[in-house]
Amino acid sequence: MNFLSIFVIIPLLTLFALYFARNRKQINLIAATGATLLLILSGVLTYLYLNERAMGNDSLMLFRADMLWYAPFNIYYSVGVDGVSVAMLILTSIIMFTGVFASWRIDPLPKEFFLWFFLLSSGVYGFFITIDLFSMFMFYEIALIPMYLLIGIWGTGRKEYSAMKLTLMLMGGSALLLLSILGIYYFSGGDTMNLLEIAQRHIPIEAQRYLFPLTFMGFGVLGALFPFHTWSPDGHASAPTAVSMLHAGVLMKLGGYGAFRVAIYLMPEAAHEQAWIFLILTGISVIYGAFSAVVQTDLKYINAYSSVSHCGLVLFAILMLNETAMTGAVMQMLSHGLMTALFFALIGMIYGRTHTRLITEMGGLMKIIPFLGVSYVIAGLASLGLPGLSGFVAEMTIFVGAFQESGTLQRILTIVAVTSIVITAVYILRVVGKILFGKVQNPQHETLSDATWWERTSVVTLIIAIVALGSLPLWISDMIQNSIMPIVGKLMAAL
Amino acid sequence: MNYSVFLQLHDELSLLVVMVILLTFDISVSIRRGRYIQPLAIVLLTIHTLLNAFPRDAFEVAGGMYQYFPMHTYVKTILNIGTIIVFLQANKWLNNKDSMIRRGEFYFITLSTLFGLYIMLSAGHFLLFFIGIEMASIPMATLVAFNKYQHKSAEAGAKFILSTVFASGISLYGISMIYGTTGTLYFDDLLPLIVGGPMQIMSFVFFAVGLFFKISLVPFHLWTPDVYEGAPTPVTAYLSVVSKGAAAFVLFTLFTRVFGNLIDEWQSILYGLIIISITLANVFAIRQQNIKRFMAFSSISQAGYLMLGVISASTTGMSSLVYYVLVYLFSNLAIFGVITIIENNTGKVAIKDYNGLYQTNPKLSAIMMFALFSLAGIPPFAGFFSKFFIFAAAAEQGFYVLVFIALLNTIISLYYYLLIVKAMFLRKSDEPIERITSDIPARISLVICLLAIVFAGLLSAVYQQIAAYSFI
Repeated sequence: MNFLSIFVIIPLLTLFALYFARNRKQINLIAATGATLLLILSGVLTYLYLNERAMGNDSLMLFRADMLWYAPFNIYYSVGVDGVSVAMLILTSIIMFTGVFASWRIDPLPKEFFLWFFLLSSGVYGFFITIDLFSMFMFYEIALIPMYLLIGIWGTGRKEYSAMKLTLMLMGGSALLLLSILGIYYFSGGDTMNLLEIAQRHIPIEAQRYLFPLTFMGFGVLGALFPFHTWSPDGHASAPTAVSMLHAGVLMKLGGYGAFRVAIYLMPEAAHEQAWIFLILTGISVIYGAFSAVVQTDLKYINAYSSVSHCGLVLFAILMLNETAMTGAVMQMLSHGLMTALFFALIGMIYGRTHTRLITEMGGLMKIIPFLGVSYVIAGLASLGLPGLSGFVAEMTIFVGAFQESGTLQRILTIVAVTSIVITAVYILRVVGKILFGKVQNPQHETLSDATWWERTSVVTLIIAIVALGSLPLWISDMIQNSIMPIVGKLMAAL
Repeated sequence: MNYSVFLQLHDELSLLVVMVILLTFDISVSIRRGRYIQPLAIVLLTIHTLLNAFPRDAFEVAGGMYQYFPMHTYVKTILNIGTIIVFLQANKWLNNKDSMIRRGEFYFITLSTLFGLYIMLSAGHFLLFFIGIEMASIPMATLVAFNKYQHKSAEAGAKFILSTVFASGISLYGISMIYGTTGTLYFDDLLPLIVGGPMQIMSFVFFAVGLFFKISLVPFHLWTPDVYEGAPTPVTAYLSVVSKGAAAFVLFTLFTRVFGNLIDEWQSILYGLIIISITLANVFAIRQQNIKRFMAFSSISQAGYLMLGVISASTTGMSSLVYYVLVYLFSNLAIFGVITIIENNTGKVAIKDYNGLYQTNPKLSAIMMFALFSLAGIPPFAGFFSKFFIFAAAAEQGFYVLVFIALLNTIISLYYYLLIVKAMFLRKSDEPIERITSDIPARISLVICLLAIVFAGLLSAVYQQIAAYSFI
């Protein structure tokens, strides 16, 4: 029994326990216990990981274990983590933890909600710990399908439409992935599905030319790559709070993580050849997302488009194919995961009180619900990149890395992407000014109550994480950078 | 001639014994006592399945007329399991006023078709093969028309018998042309003799059309929706998994063994058929209002996926095909089990009747949803694994474009499977289906299906057992 597998087992045990829960109190208790255990576990993992690295263990993946599963296709259940996976696991645990508290009063059917919620999380954890293509893909799909019911049953607005659109588009992406996995498997010799072993082989460049775009687009759909991002605004706007948090916070990171772990790592030659195409697309994502956020009036849509922009930045940085930018990309995944989760949590809490998400119908909330108001400002400042908060560290690293690339296209796109920071400031400050300050728009809002203890737990945890990442970034960025080096080394060798 | 060689046909003999016992029982007891035939049939068939579940060494009887390969044991076991599940689900329907006096016949006729499928599977000669296929088809028509006082069932029976006889005729015509060009009908002798040439390709086309009809590939599918809709639901279930599964396997063995030299020709024929089958069936499924017609189109498109295993013509193809049949059987039977239970208790078969089912019958809707996910290929259900393997088998032979088209179609199929999930879970209904207490045998069948859907994929032993005996 491997240590890492506990990450998948805890959600499954939680599922099992939830099945027998009788009332809301028990359900909440079980869900909170499961999420807390996961949070503790990821803390322990980080400690062990750093400890192991400090002892001088410099193998690519730590805590490796293999279990033969399907011999005819050389499928193993293989686990292992490097710095990037550890960072992603921490992020997932934090968001799971806060997500559970943010849905403390979910209605209707709380039991089913948490059942699907934890099933989804087991898929996410499984994806981050496995290094076998088949197992990764399986967990990836497990993480996608619960979304349909989570949005369809507990969502708001045009939920049936959004749920269907999101599911079909993401499954379309995974269809591309399935094809590329089969291609990678057979073109790399057809005798291993293990990422690390395939990385030692050479996939013929002719095959790479087809497989790389398939893989990158497949993961790109989830990472909100430009023409395939349209599920994201509708999906996030319709989803219930905790699901928006988990989806924008963690699931979209599956796209970035996969793009870099599978597409770039296994097919470096094609990555060099075709990076420019996708750079342009991600550049469009960054700018288009930001501009779209400016004109939206629904809080969730604003944040969803802002996610498109920020997640576009992740893919953008990955495609710069150098160490600094990639480190920045992973930092951006963490930072964006935390702050977007905070945004969605706060929007959910505000919506629960005001019953509107339109910024035109709100105003002066700071005086009425100061805790939520202040938290919203903090989230906004993190999003527009205030030094000391997480967004600054991430974007700074990305743009420094991006500017190291001397190609004309890279230069132009970097300059274009940098402008998104300004646009971000526009839409963040506009929202903050409109809904938090000024006159109270609706007299009924005067009597709103401030955050409850479970809401405070959720929000405070996220703010602590954002501040911690922003003020003490080095230990985690070193951990990430060390793990990115072998991948970049492979990219350099392919030149 | 030494007749003792026939004693080697364990499967067929023990099935015959079961049939004879059931028939004797049925004609010798009163109608009131007749209800005991139901547990008797299930128990006997279970014993028969267990006795014959272990592969033996390959052998031939009557100079190659009958050929046994260890793989046949697995295929026949899969068919047996499917039949047992159908029997469990048919229990309540058979106790209706209309069908009560004929319930003994149901078991006997169903087992006769199963016997025909056995013969068809193990035939080593076209004549025996044809006898098998006819033994499976003609009793099937009586099953389809079993609710003979219901207009739709009788009509479906007539449609089925007419089209099946027509298809058999065409098939037979192809066989006669094969005999005309080669002078033999033994499979083993035919392989070197069928080498191409217009006449032989024509003969192949005629022959294959009969089989394509059986597994209802587009454009030979037109009978499927009407028959599926009109037939009693357990019969539809049987038709959609057992007879289709057997036909798909036979298609594989015949194409690779007898027509092995025409591989380029039949691969290109199948290539086109797979694409139009999957795509057209998917498009039509979206528009269906009746859940049985819906399942008909779903099964046509699943047949297209099955053919991905055939087109790869490799051992991986065979094992993934058989595994796909196994998983498909459990998933489809779970769905039909739920449909049967609901139809028996309320008579409702329209998709819109399923609105809000989760509110009143959470367990039934959950099982239905898992089975639909399995059909759509969503992990952790077994359908994900079977789809992956069959795609892998096709990709192994370089059919990447075909796999890509099939994959795009899984998205469409996911869409219409989700329509059912949406009806059950998301929609509210003014007059939902009331709370149903299902009968015990049907419940057992659903539990079996559910366990299989969950564990047939996660436990790799199932696939590896099948893969161990795959041949080409």
